[in-house]
Amino acid sequence: MENMPEFTLHRPDTAEEAAKLKASDDSSRYLAGGTDMIVNVRRGIEAPETMIDLTAIGEITQIAVDGDGLRIGAGVKLADLCVHADIVAKYPAIAQAAASVAGPTHRSYGTIGGNLCLDTRCLFYNQSQWWRESNNFCLKHKGEVCHVAPGGKRCFAAFSGDVAPALMVYGAEVDLVGPGGERTIPLPDLYRNDGMDHLTLEKDELLVSIRLPAPPAGSLSAYEKSRIRGSIDFPLAGCAVLLTSDGGQLSELQIALTAVNPFPQMVKGTDDFVGKPLDDEALDAIRDIVRTQAKPMRTTTVRPWYRRRVVGALARKLVMRLASV
Amino acid sequence: MKSYLSLQVNGRQRDDAVSGNLLLVDYLREVVGLTGTKIGCDGGECGLCTVLIDGKAQHSCLTLAATCNGKSVETIESLGDGGRLSAIQRGFHEKLGAQCGFCTPGMVMAAEGLLRENPEPDEETIRTEMASNICRCTGYVKIIEAVQFAVEELKSKKEAA
Ligand SMILES: Cc1cc2nc3c(=O)[nH]c(=O)nc-3n(C[C@H](O)[C@H](O)[C@H](O)COP(=O)(O)OP(=O)(O)OC[C@H]3O[C@@H](n4cnc5c(N)ncnc54)[C@H](O)[C@@H]3O)c2cc1C
Ligand code: SF4
Ligand code: FES
Ligand code: FES
Repeated sequence: MENMPEFTLHRPDTAEEAAKLKASDDSSRYLAGGTDMIVNVRRGIEAPETMIDLTAIGEITQIAVDGDGLRIGAGVKLADLCVHADIVAKYPAIAQAAASVAGPTHRSYGTIGGNLCLDTRCLFYNQSQWWRESNNFCLKHKGEVCHVAPGGKRCFAAFSGDVAPALMVYGAEVDLVGPGGERTIPLPDLYRNDGMDHLTLEKDELLVSIRLPAPPAGSLSAYEKSRIRGSIDFPLAGCAVLLTSDGGQLSELQIALTAVNPFPQMVKGTDDFVGKPLDDEALDAIRDIVRTQAKPMRTTTVRPWYRRRVVGALARKLVMRLASV
Repeated sequence: MKSYLSLQVNGRQRDDAVSGNLLLVDYLREVVGLTGTKIGCDGGECGLCTVLIDGKAQHSCLTLAATCNGKSVETIESLGDGGRLSAIQRGFHEKLGAQCGFCTPGMVMAAEGLLRENPEPDEETIRTEMASNICRCTGYVKIIEAVQFAVEELKSKKEAA
């Protein structure tokens, strides 16, 4: 038998009840598909005394039309998200990003909520108990030193969810429910630049849905990632691009990145390329601003310089491809 | 604290009291006594533990048994039909899809899940849809041939019917 820590499992059927249960115990954790949470429990990274399973909450499992846009429940499975007709037709980057997460079995029960609230990842952290122990653990869990940047007191573990950047380029917002009620924030505000504590969720809040506004008229989008195994792997670097173009000129450009920082990020300064010809010089400049803003650290077996180069190349390639259709 | 678990395992109703932290794979192997489902990694990497839950492939090593309340779980033991191999089992047998055989229960269940959803996948689809399962022996070619064998057999069975 697996050596699982003891915990009490709750299966609430409303989001309010889940938030209330979460507030009652500091060590409690939410469980959705479990494709990350149970891995971490089995590896001794997470040892909650209370586990709150969210899979019995029916109200968060739908994709619904919401004004001109869509509202995606946090419990929607990635396999359903990536084939949903409106997502595929109107928000292709989101469908592509969801389809690129892990493997098909993981997507059949892994959720979008779990994907957005995924723990940050690092070579020295996503390891078995004995591996980490033989390395004296690390700052993020039980240890004193960060093996990536030993001089400092910060953790640089990378946020490595695929779908967040694809939602961000569309200006997605997220609905959070806590014991005090509901609030809605822009998706980028769900994150902060801290590998140890990258979510701005209050400890008793949960994410219930994602709001997508209507896609900009005539917009095109795509998501691509670099990974070690093409068939199944977390991104070494991931890039989502949304643009609208008009006769060789961009009228809108949004770029968002994942896996190259402790948080998924919007690339700043893309407005500077709007209304100007999209020539080689502009494409190179887009690549370069992406490379400057990506700050990968040595958190994967692949060196940071490669991830920085590849994320710029991905952005350049996607912009060129989308603008030339 | 134990919770009440009422589910179908391979078509048979079961009622058990289980701890909240019991993994489905441990429930199947240790409580129900179905040891066909294997564990090969410390979570989510290898696909050995794949079972069908309400007809869809899922890792029993990352699923808590108690969350399967009211569901139907199918394991490798469900496939044989009165002592005769199912189409996918025969594919693995005929095409030598198993070498050491350790990945095979998971491979077969992933293939079963795939063929229920898409009875005529092309090679590319077989490759991408079985990407959650890892084999260290075969190099995958024989496994893909095994699934293709099952596709043909199911097709000719349907035509005959
Ligand atoms: C082999 C393997 C490969 C993988 N590859 C990828 C990959 O390429 N790309 C990728 O993005 N992911 C990958 N993953 C991770 C994971 O499968 C996905 O990110 C998945 O979407 C997580 O969803 P889940 O429902 O399983 O989350 P869970 O594991 O249940 O939860 C993940 C985290 O989110 C929290 N959480 C879940 N739901 C909520 C909510 N509604 N509100 C607040 N917090 C919540 C949990 O407490 C937990 O901390 C991989 C996993 C494995 C095992
Ligand atoms: S970046 Fe440093 S502190 Fe953070 S997980 Fe990696 S080794 Fe640990
Ligand atoms: S035992 Fe390896 S994925 Fe479940
Ligand atoms: S046959 Fe040995 S692991 Fe697949």
